[in-house]
Amino acid sequence: MNQVTQISGLLPVLPEIILACGAMLMLMVGVCTVQNERSSAIVNGWCVGILVLVAGFLLSVPAGRYEMFGGSFVVDDFARFLKILAIIGSAGALTLSLDYLTVDRQQKFEYGVLFLLSTLGMMMLISAADLIALYLGLELMSLPLYVVAASNRDSVRSTEAGLKYFVLGALSSGMLLYGASLIYGFTGTVSFTGIAKATANGASIGLIFGLVFLFVGFCFKISAVPFHMWTPDVYEGAPTPVTAFFAAAPKVAGIAIFVRATVVAFPGIAHEWQQIVVFVSIASMVLGAFAAIGQRNIKRLMAYSSIGHMGFALVGLAAGTPEGVQGVLVYMTIYVAMTLGTFACILTMRRDGMLVENISDLSGLARTHPTMAFFLAMLLFSLAGIPPLAGFFAKFYVFLAAIKAGLYVLAVIGVIASVVGAYYYLTIVKIMYFDEPAQRFQSMPPLLRVVLGVAGLINILFFAYPAPILNAATVAAKSLF
Amino acid sequence: MNWPILSVVTFLPLLGALFITFVRGNDNLAKGTARWVAMWTTLVTFAISLVMVVRFDPTSSEFQFSEKHPWMGVASYHMGVDGISLPFVILTTALMPICIIASWASIQKRVKEYMIAFLVLETLMVGTFSALDLVLFYLFFEGGLIPMFLIIGVWGGQRRVYASFKFFLYTLLGSVLMLLAIMAMYWDAGTTDIPALMRHGFPLGLQKWAWLAFFASFAVKMPMWPVHTWLPDAHVEAPTAGSVILAAILLKMGGYGFIRFSLPMFPSASHDFAPLIFTLSVVAIIYTSLVALMQEDVKKLIAYSSVAHMGFVTMGIFAATSQGVAGGIFQMISHGIVSGALFLCVGVVYDRTHTREIAAYGGLVNRMPVYAAIFMVFTLANVGLPGTSGFVGEFLALIGTFKNNVAVASIATFGVVLSAAYALWLYRKMIFGPLKPSMDGIKDIGLREAIIFAPLVVLTILFGVAPKPVLDMSAASVANLLNKYQSAIAAAKTAALIAQ
Repeated sequence: MNQVTQISGLLPVLPEIILACGAMLMLMVGVCTVQNERSSAIVNGWCVGILVLVAGFLLSVPAGRYEMFGGSFVVDDFARFLKILAIIGSAGALTLSLDYLTVDRQQKFEYGVLFLLSTLGMMMLISAADLIALYLGLELMSLPLYVVAASNRDSVRSTEAGLKYFVLGALSSGMLLYGASLIYGFTGTVSFTGIAKATANGASIGLIFGLVFLFVGFCFKISAVPFHMWTPDVYEGAPTPVTAFFAAAPKVAGIAIFVRATVVAFPGIAHEWQQIVVFVSIASMVLGAFAAIGQRNIKRLMAYSSIGHMGFALVGLAAGTPEGVQGVLVYMTIYVAMTLGTFACILTMRRDGMLVENISDLSGLARTHPTMAFFLAMLLFSLAGIPPLAGFFAKFYVFLAAIKAGLYVLAVIGVIASVVGAYYYLTIVKIMYFDEPAQRFQSMPPLLRVVLGVAGLINILFFAYPAPILNAATVAAKSLF
Repeated sequence: MNWPILSVVTFLPLLGALFITFVRGNDNLAKGTARWVAMWTTLVTFAISLVMVVRFDPTSSEFQFSEKHPWMGVASYHMGVDGISLPFVILTTALMPICIIASWASIQKRVKEYMIAFLVLETLMVGTFSALDLVLFYLFFEGGLIPMFLIIGVWGGQRRVYASFKFFLYTLLGSVLMLLAIMAMYWDAGTTDIPALMRHGFPLGLQKWAWLAFFASFAVKMPMWPVHTWLPDAHVEAPTAGSVILAAILLKMGGYGFIRFSLPMFPSASHDFAPLIFTLSVVAIIYTSLVALMQEDVKKLIAYSSVAHMGFVTMGIFAATSQGVAGGIFQMISHGIVSGALFLCVGVVYDRTHTREIAAYGGLVNRMPVYAAIFMVFTLANVGLPGTSGFVGEFLALIGTFKNNVAVASIATFGVVLSAAYALWLYRKMIFGPLKPSMDGIKDIGLREAIIFAPLVVLTILFGVAPKPVLDMSAASVANLLNKYQSAIAAAKTAALIAQ
C-alpha cells in the first residue's frame, strides 16, 4: 500500500524520469550498435522523439502544485510552462542539428544524448526549490553544454569555445556556490521558502553578499552584462546548431531559476535585488545594442543580440510583480521561436558544402531565396520589436510591467536601446533586400524548412491569436506569488 | 446588414497581398497578374469604403461601424470611425489605386514584392485611422514602417539606403516613447480603449508627460520643425508612388494623432503646450518655405513645402477653435490630394528624363501643354489660390488661429506669400522659358497618366468651390471634441482656482 502511494507520488516527476531513462537508453543503443554515421543519425533522431514524448507527458501532468523530495523539487504552472519551452528549445536545436551533422560528417550518437542530459538538467533547474537542487540542476545542464561546444574535435575554434566556456562556467559555478553557502550561513536553510521567511524583515550584509554572488552565477548562465564576455567567442566557435541550442534552451532555464530564486526566496528584500536587476538589465540592453553594430560575423551578432534580449527579459523581473513575471515568460517564449527560426536561416548559409558566417554573405538573398529572405526579414524585424510581429508583444509586456512598477528610467533607456538595436537588424535586412545578389546558397534542407516555417509563422501570426500563450503565461506567473 | 465593413476595408488589401504571394509563373505573367490583382483589390476596397460614406451618419459624433472583440487581454480589437477619421480612410483608399496605376510602367523590377508592400501598407494605414484601441493603433501605426522601409530601400533612388534608415529610425525613436505613454495611460485608466480614455480625466502630471511622449511621435511623423529632416531625404529617394503615399497619408497620421489623442485625452496639457506648437508651426511655415525657395531638386522643394503646409495644420489644431480644427482636417485632406498629385507630376517627367534637377527642365509647355495645365492646377492649389482646395484649409486654419492668437496668425499669413513665391518660381522654371534642347523629344502625358490625374484635378477644384461635404462630414465630431475640450479646460481652471 505504502509503496503504491510512493510510486503514484512520483507521477509529477514522470517527465524527468522518462527523459533520464531515455537518455540512458539512447546511450546504450549508441554504444551497443554498430558505430557508424547512419546509426548515430538514427539515435540522434530518436532523441528528438524522446523530447517530444517528454513534452507530451508534461502536458498530461495534472494541474496543480506538487512538492517532492522534501520540498526541494516543485512542479507548478510556472515550471510546466518553462519546461515545455526549454524542451521546445532543445528539440528545435536538435532538429536543426540533424542535417548539419550528416553533411559535415560529424554524426556522433553522444551528441543527442548530451542534449537530452542537458535538457534534464534544465528541467531540474526549473523545478528547483532549494539551493542544492539548484546547483545540481545547473551543473547537469552545464556539463553537457561544455562538451557539445567542443564537439567538433578537429576544429580549433570549437575546442577553444568549449574550453573557454568550461573555465568561465566553472568560475561562475564557484561563485554561485559561494553565494549559496553565504546564504545558508546567514539564514540556516537552503530552501527558498525558508530563506523567504528568514529575510522577511530585511537582510544582513552577509546575506546581501551571498545574493550578489548567486546573481553572478545566474547572470553568467543567461549571459547578462557584466558576465557576458564568454558569449561572443563561444557562440562563434561552437558548431552552429550548438550555438542555436545555447541561444535557446539554457537561457530559458537560466531565466527560470533567476526568476524563481529572486521572487520566491527574496521577496522581503525586493528593493535590494531590484537595483541589481535594473543595473544588469540596462547594461545588457545597452551593450547588446551598441556592441552588435560593429559585428561582421552573424553568429557573433546573434551573441550580442541574445545579450540584449536577456536585458529586455530582465526588465520584467526588475518589476518583480506577477505582470513582470508574465512578461518574462511571454518574452522567453517568443525569444525561443525567433532564435530557432533565425538559426535555421544561418544554418542554410552553405556554399560549396561549407557554412559561411559573414553577414555580407546574405547579400541579395531576397532575389536568390525569396521565401527564406522574407521569413528571415520578418524574424529580424521581430527581434527589433517592430509591430505587428511577435517580438513587439514580448517587449510590450515586460515594459508594461516596468511602467506599473514605476521603473520609468529603465523603461525609457530600454526602448531607446531597442531603437539602437533596430539599426543592426535593419542592416541585415538592407543587405538581403537592397544589395546586389551574391552567389546562391545550397537549397534549404527540409528539416530546416520545417523549423523556419513554424517559427516564422508563429512570429508573424502571433498578433492574430495571442490569447493562449498570454493566458498560460498569466497562470504560470501567478503560481509563483 | 451586419457585416464588418470596416474590417473588410482594412484587411481586404492584405488578402490581395496574400494572393499575389502565391502567384507563380514566368516573369512577365507574374508581373502582369500582380499589377492587375493589386489594382482590382485597391479599387474594390475603395468601392467598399464609399459604401461606408453613404451609410455614414454625419449628424452623429459617435463612432460608427464599430466592431469589438477580445484580443490580447490588455487591449481589444476595437475598430470604428467618426467624422474625423472617415475622411482619412477615404483618402487612403482613394489614393491607393492611383498609386498602383502610377507605378504601372515605372516599376519594372520586383513588381510582385512592390505590389505586396503597397497592399500591406494600405491595410496598415486604414487600420491606423480606424483603430479604436491604443495598442491596436500603435500596431498599425508602427507596422507601416516595415513596408515603407522596403519601398524606399528597394525601389528608391541613389541614396535610398541612407534615406530608408533615417526614415525608419527617426520615426521609431519618436514612437517608442509614445508606447511607454500608452502603458502609463493603461495603468491609470485600466483600459486602452480610445472612447473610454477620452472620457477618462487623466491627472495633470501624467497629462504633461504623456502629451510630450505623443508629441515626440506625432511631431516626427507630421513632421514638424526641427524634426522634419528625415522627410526631404525620404521623399527624394522614394519611388514616385512611395512619395505620394508618404506625403498624402503617412504625414497625416501625425495630425490625426494630435486630433484623436492629444486634444481630447490631454486637454490641459494641450492648452498649456499650445504656445510651443504655435512657435514650432510658425517657424516651420516661414523657415521651411524659405528653404524650399533654395532647392535645386523638385522633389525636395515639394517636400519642404509639405512641412510648411503641415505647419498650418498643427497651428489650426492647437488653436482649438472649430474653424481651426476643421481647417486642419480639411488642409490635411487637401494637401493629401495636392501634394500627392504634385509628386505624381514630378514622376511623369522623371520617368521621361530621369532627373529631378529643376535646372534641367525648361519650356515644357511647348512639348507638354496638357501636362502644363495639370501641373498649374496643382501648383495653384499648393499656393492656396481661392477656388482650389488648398485655399479653404489654410484660410480656415488661419481664421481659427486668429481668434486665439493674432500674432501667430499674422506671421503665418506671410507663409502663404512665400509659398506662392517658391511654387510659382518652380512652375516658371520648369514649364516656361526657352525649351531646353534635352527636352526636345519629350512626350505629353498619355492616357494612363490622364486617368490618374483626372480625379485629382476634379477633386482639387470641387473641394475648392464646394468644401461643404467634407466639412459637414466632420462637423459633428469636431464640435463634440471641442465641447469636451472646452469644458475640461474650464474644469481645470476652476479646480486651480479652488486650490488657491
